[in-house]
Amino acid sequence: MDVLELARWQFGITTVYHFLMVPLTIGLSLLVAAMQTAWVRTGDERYYKMTKFWGKLLLINFAMGVVTGIVQEFQFGMAWSAYSRFVGDVFGAPLAMEGLVAFFVESTFLGLWIFGWDKLPKKVHLACAWAFSLATMASAYFILAANSWMQHPVGIEMHDGRPRLTSIWAVLTNNTTLAAFPHTIAGAFAVAATFLVGIGAWHLWKKSDDEGVWRSSLKLGTWVGVVAFGVLAVSGDVQGKLMFEQQPMKMAAAEALCHTEEPAAFSVFAIGDLTRPDCENVKSITVPALLSFLAHNDFTSEVKGIQDLVPLYQEKYGTNYPVDERLGELSGKPIDYVPALPVTYWGFRLMIGFGAISAGLGLLMLWLTRGGRVPQGRWFPITALAGIATPFLANSFGWIFTEMGRQPFVVVPNPSGVDGVWMFTAQAVSASTPGEILTSLIALTATYGLLACVEVYLIRKYVRGGVAGVIPAKTDDGALAFAY
Amino acid sequence: METLWFCLIALLWLGYLFLEGFDFGVGMLLPFLGRDNTERRVMINTIGPVWDGNEVWLLVAGGATFAAFPGWYAALFSAAYLPLTLFLLALIGRGVAFEYRGKVDSERWRRVWDAVIFVGSWVAALGVGLIIATTVLGLPIDANGDRVGSPFAAVRLETVLGALAVAGYALVHGAIFIALKTEGEIRDRARRMALTMSPVALLPLVVLLLHVAGVWALAVLPFAGLALWRLWVGREGQAFAAMGLAVAATVTVLFASLYPNVLPSTLDPAYSLTVAGAASSPYTLTVMTWVAAFGTPAVLVYQGWTYWVFRKRIGVRHIPAAH
Repeated sequence: MDVLELARWQFGITTVYHFLMVPLTIGLSLLVAAMQTAWVRTGDERYYKMTKFWGKLLLINFAMGVVTGIVQEFQFGMAWSAYSRFVGDVFGAPLAMEGLVAFFVESTFLGLWIFGWDKLPKKVHLACAWAFSLATMASAYFILAANSWMQHPVGIEMHDGRPRLTSIWAVLTNNTTLAAFPHTIAGAFAVAATFLVGIGAWHLWKKSDDEGVWRSSLKLGTWVGVVAFGVLAVSGDVQGKLMFEQQPMKMAAAEALCHTEEPAAFSVFAIGDLTRPDCENVKSITVPALLSFLAHNDFTSEVKGIQDLVPLYQEKYGTNYPVDERLGELSGKPIDYVPALPVTYWGFRLMIGFGAISAGLGLLMLWLTRGGRVPQGRWFPITALAGIATPFLANSFGWIFTEMGRQPFVVVPNPSGVDGVWMFTAQAVSASTPGEILTSLIALTATYGLLACVEVYLIRKYVRGGVAGVIPAKTDDGALAFAY
Repeated sequence: METLWFCLIALLWLGYLFLEGFDFGVGMLLPFLGRDNTERRVMINTIGPVWDGNEVWLLVAGGATFAAFPGWYAALFSAAYLPLTLFLLALIGRGVAFEYRGKVDSERWRRVWDAVIFVGSWVAALGVGLIIATTVLGLPIDANGDRVGSPFAAVRLETVLGALAVAGYALVHGAIFIALKTEGEIRDRARRMALTMSPVALLPLVVLLLHVAGVWALAVLPFAGLALWRLWVGREGQAFAAMGLAVAATVTVLFASLYPNVLPSTLDPAYSLTVAGAASSPYTLTVMTWVAAFGTPAVLVYQGWTYWVFRKRIGVRHIPAAH
């Protein structure tokens, strides 16, 4: 494999892995802050136990999110130095802001929260939980602003062959960001909600102590999950409409829509060879005119297919890569404007499917446990625990779709923006040797794999331990006694 | 404006070295100062609430370099790829280890994570030293800012000296911090250790500074001497502050000798990345200046508050059995 392929695999693996921890942290931190608020306001011991139990799982997860986040910040410079030079004037700013404005708050106030249980006044301690939680969302906002700029560059002018920032406000209020933020945050709450539902249901089935804790958690998780799914659907629809406008090829690829249709049908399921963009041999179950609605809010309009988009892209952005030895084998070769269709087509469907399952599961669990009931069969806890995976999968497939769908670009041209601002992924990598990237790819993947086992082991242990496993033993003066 | 940002980035590295320097040191000294599990727990708890906040200084230094000097960020990080990878792995290991060590009540479990903290802290401290020495002393980069030659170009005698310099400093700084934050026997031991090892531990730092800046290097000595003297008379707080001055002097000397370059080319001075050549546009720098002007004081206030909340010394008597 060459540097480009290795660097892409590395970015994909480290980012998907990092984004398993991130949504759980974002969602759970706010729910824990809410539980603690309920405890401070009512004095009800049940909320205290909930805060402690879910808070412990939050910490185990957050630690992994932090350390894998460091890699994210460094690897742009390490493996994608040409990209970093090209976009640095714009892209670095939201990353630096994330560190300075959000991540400092997160890490400092989390430290205060962990160690401050007996040292800080109750309300100040609670404020630390909120500061932490809101900062995780602010973090997400800045990172999404950076990512959205790659999807839809705004607020810039061309200067010496590079985009130069002219309005930070335009970057931070990019309509792509404004649509991606609620979608991503709702996805994070879906993860946390299903986590509560699955573990709560399992404890109910086990007839663990503190039944009230598990019932309340299950109920909270269900309703948060349902609301999150509603927000996901609405914001996803807004995002989709923007995407048809900003990245028509991505949306055609999401549908594996080969030929332009008017009105366009939405494909629910396809059988056949999706790798070829001519659609012969592909049979698809479709809903008539639905795609037109998703794209333009009506049931009649035209949606452009891949085969008609390719010539438009070739005309605007060229038919061949420039002749440049840094492009390796791709130098001077024709540009393939069609993303990997099986990945985009199925990524899009799996995202929606798993998202719907996770919301439905919560409602099912709530109905099954209504009025103090608990089903006795083994299928009940197995379903509940397996369900925890669904929103994680939905998030991962969503991101894989959106990032693979913008290939071959790393910075996608903005059809209504400044001319000339785009970059092909092939142009973005460092002038490294394949050996360097392969070494880090293996080392990071192995480390991440090992740490995943450790995290799952710890989460399992603390889930099984229930409330009793997380309530601290009292000591004489309580100075940092039961710290971690 | 570029020069201001060069100074701000030096300041971020200073904050990082001063703060994470002592938590590296605590990890590096873990098996030497902590004789049993409880003592090691005491040591880890001295940095427990703060190490993560300290590490953010690195992320902000990296992010600010990306925003203010994309050329510097791209050239340095891609050219020193393998050393940085090792450094990141060390940070990952020790970060997870602090959080996970106490989560399972088993002697073996804790021993494994203690080893990860120990090795991770050493490798990370050496790594920071290597990176800083590399940016000051330069790399074989071409006109485009890309490395020419071996992936190990960043590892040579003078940069290894930089690695040892930061590791030695972290040892002394960490021992002083433990003396400041603990009580009883472990406090005395930490104090004695800082005093006895400092002539050897600080030697690479002095040699590095002499190599980089000649006699200006000696500016660091009075502060280091002050730190050891205050430690000798049992005023650990003042000793810790004096170490802060010593590291401030070190960073000032190193970055002053680097200016106006940000990453010299060892191939041809014409290829060296300069403050002007590697910087972002004036608009971006202005935006970042406003963010820093509001963000940095706030960070200092709430991080300072954290240290105030956890100002109490801790000792073996505070640690319950089995943690």
